[in-house]
Amino acid sequence: MGDSQYSFSLTTFSPSGKLVQIEHALTAVGSGQTSLGIKASNGVVIATEKKLPSILVDETSVQKIQLMTTNIGVVYSGMGPDSRVLVRKSRKQAQQYFRLYKEAIPVTQLVRETAAVMQEFTQSGGVRPFGVSLLIAGYDDNGPQLYQVDPSGSYFSWKASAMGKNVSNAKTFLEKRYTDDMELDDAVHTAILTLKEGFQGQISSKNIEIGIIGADRKFRVLTPAEIDDYLAEVE
Amino acid sequence: MSIFEYNGSALVAMVGKNCFAIASDRRLGVNLQTVATDFQRIFKIHEKLYIGLSGLATDAQTMYQRLVFRHKLYQLREERDMKPQTFASLVSALLYEKRFGPYFCQPVIAGLGDDDIPFICTMDCLGAKELAKDFVVSGTASESLYGACESMYKPNMEPEELFETISQALLSSVDRDCLSGWGGHVLLVTPTEVQERTLKARMD
Repeated sequence: MGDSQYSFSLTTFSPSGKLVQIEHALTAVGSGQTSLGIKASNGVVIATEKKLPSILVDETSVQKIQLMTTNIGVVYSGMGPDSRVLVRKSRKQAQQYFRLYKEAIPVTQLVRETAAVMQEFTQSGGVRPFGVSLLIAGYDDNGPQLYQVDPSGSYFSWKASAMGKNVSNAKTFLEKRYTDDMELDDAVHTAILTLKEGFQGQISSKNIEIGIIGADRKFRVLTPAEIDDYLAEVE
Repeated sequence: MSIFEYNGSALVAMVGKNCFAIASDRRLGVNLQTVATDFQRIFKIHEKLYIGLSGLATDAQTMYQRLVFRHKLYQLREERDMKPQTFASLVSALLYEKRFGPYFCQPVIAGLGDDDIPFICTMDCLGAKELAKDFVVSGTASESLYGACESMYKPNMEPEELFETISQALLSSVDRDCLSGWGGHVLLVTPTEVQERTLKARMD
């Protein structure tokens, strides 16, 4: 493949017009644990597998879903440490916006700034692209919103989306199941069922993580007890 | 003479029933010499948001240019107009950026916010915000303006009455100040229309 000769440098286009490093970054994302998001009529839910490398790991110390602001949450597929860097930068940008305007940052603005950071790392010297795709879920004056941001810095608004290992099966499942008038609870059930589709092993509140935001505009990660309740309803 | 008195100015904004009025004098001076009698101190940011800038005229113009720049970018990025409260926070932040070499101007901000609720505020040259429910004043005639507004103001005035009140308050105050006057300029903003009027006054 002629492209491989151009894969050494991020800032060099290959003859086919691709930046090969970004393609590799997407591969890193594609081999990460599955995560998904669903936008309901009155909120957004994001969820991810939380497969830990060993049973000796204290699962309460691991949190993949994080808050960017009180009304915006994020989940990733790919390299965890890269997502932490992005979350840190985005949190700072959100607070800078608030300091200037004394107003909470709209979801689209925060997504744009996060995407701009990711794009910077595809055009600077001596850095590599981020090995994560992010699903950003928020609720602001424009209602519930769900965005996906890729390592290249492109972002899309989704009604429902999945990323990571099982992405094609998950997306097919979501396409069948998604309805425009879904409510938040239905969306959570659908999210669990979608995760179950490609899940290896027994799904439980210890190996998945779910975050929701409703009309109260407060993003929160569900406790294991709440996840158990939803799992029981799904059975 | 202090730097704030170099050009002379008078600004006042008042809240009425679902409307607001903002008024200024028209004199531009260089110390005691009058140089222009049609100087604009009140600027439009968008249909429902106006800012008046008193103090040093060059700083007022520069501040206005910077604010219009920021607001236009905001409109392009966020695809909406700035709310008055947000705009006031922005003005305050921009003024404080120059804490140790400030712009010598005192803004008066007036706008209609969400649900067309009137919003007014003023701040000093360093960005200390002062929100008010009734009226705000600024400029070399501010002390007279405080007195005039305090006695003439009533809450919930209809647009016509508000216009009369703010005009009388402005004219009687600038008549007591040698550095401001030479006519008046009043903008009355309701949810549906904007009325702009020039006041005939003592030309001294």
